[in-house]
Amino acid sequence: MCLAIPGQVVQLFPEQPNTALIDVVGVRRKVDLGLLQDDLPVEGDWVLIHVGFALSKISEEDALDQMRTLRALGEAESAIEEVQGYGLENAENKKVS
Amino acid sequence: MAHGAGGKASRRLVEGLFAPLLFGSSSEPLGDAAHLDFDGTKIAITTDSFVVKPLTFPGGSIGELAVNGTVNDLAVSGAKAEAMVVTYLLEAGLPAAVLEAEVRAMGKAACTAGVTIAGGDTKVVEHGKADSMYITTTGIGRPLPGLKIDARAVRPGDKILLSGPIGDHGITILLARGELDLEADLNSDTRSILPLVEVLAHEAGPGVRWMRDPTRGGVATSLNELARDSRQGVVLSEEMIPVRDAVRGACELLGLDPLHIANEGQFLAVVAPEYANAALHALRLAPGGEDAQMIGEVREQPSGAVLVTTGYGGSRIVDMLVGDPLPRIC
Amino acid sequence: MKFVDEFREPEVITKISEEIRRLADPRRHYRIMEVCGGHTHAIYRFGLKDLLPSNIELIHGPGCPVCVLPMGRIDDGLAIAQNPDVIFTAFGDMMRVPGTQGSPLEHKARGMDVRIVYSPADALKLAQSNPDKHVLFFAIGFETTAPSTALTLVRAKVLGVHNFSVFSNHVTIIPAIRAILDSPDMRIDAFIGPGHVSTVIGCRPYEWIAKNENKPVAVSGFEPLDILQSIVMVLRQLKSNQARIENQYKRVVPWEGNRAALRAMAEVFELRPYFEWRGLGFISQSALRVRAAYAEWDAEQRFDIPGVRVTDPKAAQCGEVLKGVLKPHQCKLFGKECTPEHPIGALMVSSEGSCAAYFNYEHRKTEMVTSIGSVA
Repeated sequence: MCLAIPGQVVQLFPEQPNTALIDVVGVRRKVDLGLLQDDLPVEGDWVLIHVGFALSKISEEDALDQMRTLRALGEAESAIEEVQGYGLENAENKKVS
Repeated sequence: MAHGAGGKASRRLVEGLFAPLLFGSSSEPLGDAAHLDFDGTKIAITTDSFVVKPLTFPGGSIGELAVNGTVNDLAVSGAKAEAMVVTYLLEAGLPAAVLEAEVRAMGKAACTAGVTIAGGDTKVVEHGKADSMYITTTGIGRPLPGLKIDARAVRPGDKILLSGPIGDHGITILLARGELDLEADLNSDTRSILPLVEVLAHEAGPGVRWMRDPTRGGVATSLNELARDSRQGVVLSEEMIPVRDAVRGACELLGLDPLHIANEGQFLAVVAPEYANAALHALRLAPGGEDAQMIGEVREQPSGAVLVTTGYGGSRIVDMLVGDPLPRIC
Repeated sequence: MKFVDEFREPEVITKISEEIRRLADPRRHYRIMEVCGGHTHAIYRFGLKDLLPSNIELIHGPGCPVCVLPMGRIDDGLAIAQNPDVIFTAFGDMMRVPGTQGSPLEHKARGMDVRIVYSPADALKLAQSNPDKHVLFFAIGFETTAPSTALTLVRAKVLGVHNFSVFSNHVTIIPAIRAILDSPDMRIDAFIGPGHVSTVIGCRPYEWIAKNENKPVAVSGFEPLDILQSIVMVLRQLKSNQARIENQYKRVVPWEGNRAALRAMAEVFELRPYFEWRGLGFISQSALRVRAAYAEWDAEQRFDIPGVRVTDPKAAQCGEVLKGVLKPHQCKLFGKECTPEHPIGALMVSSEGSCAAYFNYEHRKTEMVTSIGSVA
């Protein structure tokens, strides 16, 4: 129940408003857009595909945001460790208390 | 049914039933072809059957598969195919034009591969008994000088070479059946790999320990056979394994692993480390070998198994297939 | 592949793994349950356990719809398809799952018309192109998949396709999580929530886990970085004694869920009073059946089914493994009588069941293997 893959809407069909042709790195299939009828995707949008139905739109903004957070996560902690190595941390704690 | 898919069940059938009853007391591991010696005259011989649906598909048809498959089995056993005989099992009602097309395709493939079709047989069976057409072949050839293929010679440190991208054939067939409603610009990779094997023999002959063409069951099955027969471990680097985008996309969509998908125009070779780089370089320079890769190496552990490592320190065991790869939704 | 490759970047994965090591308190032993079978599969496929410190234990939850399907239900579906005018269709996942008389693929070898479909829509199309046959769709899956089955029935009704019916084995995730938490011998510290189920039901349905049970939940995507980030999220909550629901899979999961999908489900399905889950027993209000308005497309109403209950051998300890009390290899039958090739219990029948995943991916790895560097 969990295998769902991102695909891009490459073609819509005016005569079949609930159908779209999606592309996954060159593999193409028609999917049913019925579950997204409250907010239909347009050409170029990315959607999550599961058993031939589009389940959700994918937010590029949220994806980029997440990658930024992840990259910063690793960076921040290793920077703190470096600083601790210089013995500055104890000085900081004394100031706060 | 699972016994035909090339993986565990097939192996059990061959090792458990055919080998003890038919092959005598030989302790040699089973290979792709048999090398026989008749008072000094050395001949390599192999047999194979070809069952595919649909009969024709992007990149080829059953006739070409039959020729290339036979030539390739001989090639990876270290022999050059010289001649083959062919049996056609035809379903009554098969249109004559379809048969003619396959015979032509076979003739053309034989010409390209440099092998003579020396004779054959035909049988017609009742409608419903042969799924249009089955082809069986027997090929004979001359052992290539300087090559000695034996899984027992494989040692830790030996490198594993792959001739090109995997999964093209199996995914092409899956899509061509039309049941999954997927389309992609993809072709079967069916071809004779003999020229590439000859390049390898020329460049690295004394260092080539083992070869196999990863057909049904894919690279995973062939390398599991290697691990078992050599009693060594095989460790692959996932990011080194060449896979075309379309194959990758189809596999992700369907929940399949490219390592389990059939190939009809690729081979794996285990080469001693001192020869490996030169061998890879030579393959890449040869026509059709541009995408060759070094995908892993032999190690002592995990003995008898195949491990795939990721670029970030994770790893997983990859087993032989049991039955055909099935799409999943979970 | 966009939205896939970024979340598999090796350097970032390594960094997040280091963060996890920093966060994990060496005096504590963490037990984190990933609910969904898809997460179990991803964890093994990407070798994520190799990246975690030894005091973080991942427990595989009951979110595998194939695993929890009682054998009797498979028998029922196959019984309907004994009729030569019926075409049995199902996802590939179902094809090797044994009923008492064999699996669908084994029935196919014996002459039954059995076909794999990728989508319930394909099963409907098959019915349209085979008017003299009846197409049965053996439906499985949690809330991720149920809306697609529902919409297919809506389409069948609108199009007037009458040679089509669904045998519904759809189940819902919340009762399964409740069953795990209600179990007296369980000890789970936090949950990695099912990301794709949540695209349909949203994040609200998990709020009671935080409020009433005081356990953190991170609703997670399925790429390595998604799962690792979710582990970071729950570790941080545990460290600061918090318990709330976090949406790690924001790029795809709406907090309120997918209204259109929920509407489709409500139109076509209703909750069964109770349903049997293999390995967990009977759970009330945990499964979906077709409503009266769609009775004509409900295989259970159109056909007679045996409805026989089949129980697993007592020696199979699936229930305990499902609840995280036992590890797969601690079950007495594991690897001996019970293997992926001849599965005895629920968790071995599907490749994402805990026991099958452990058997296929983990079982033969040795300690030496965990310290491998680059190979080629």
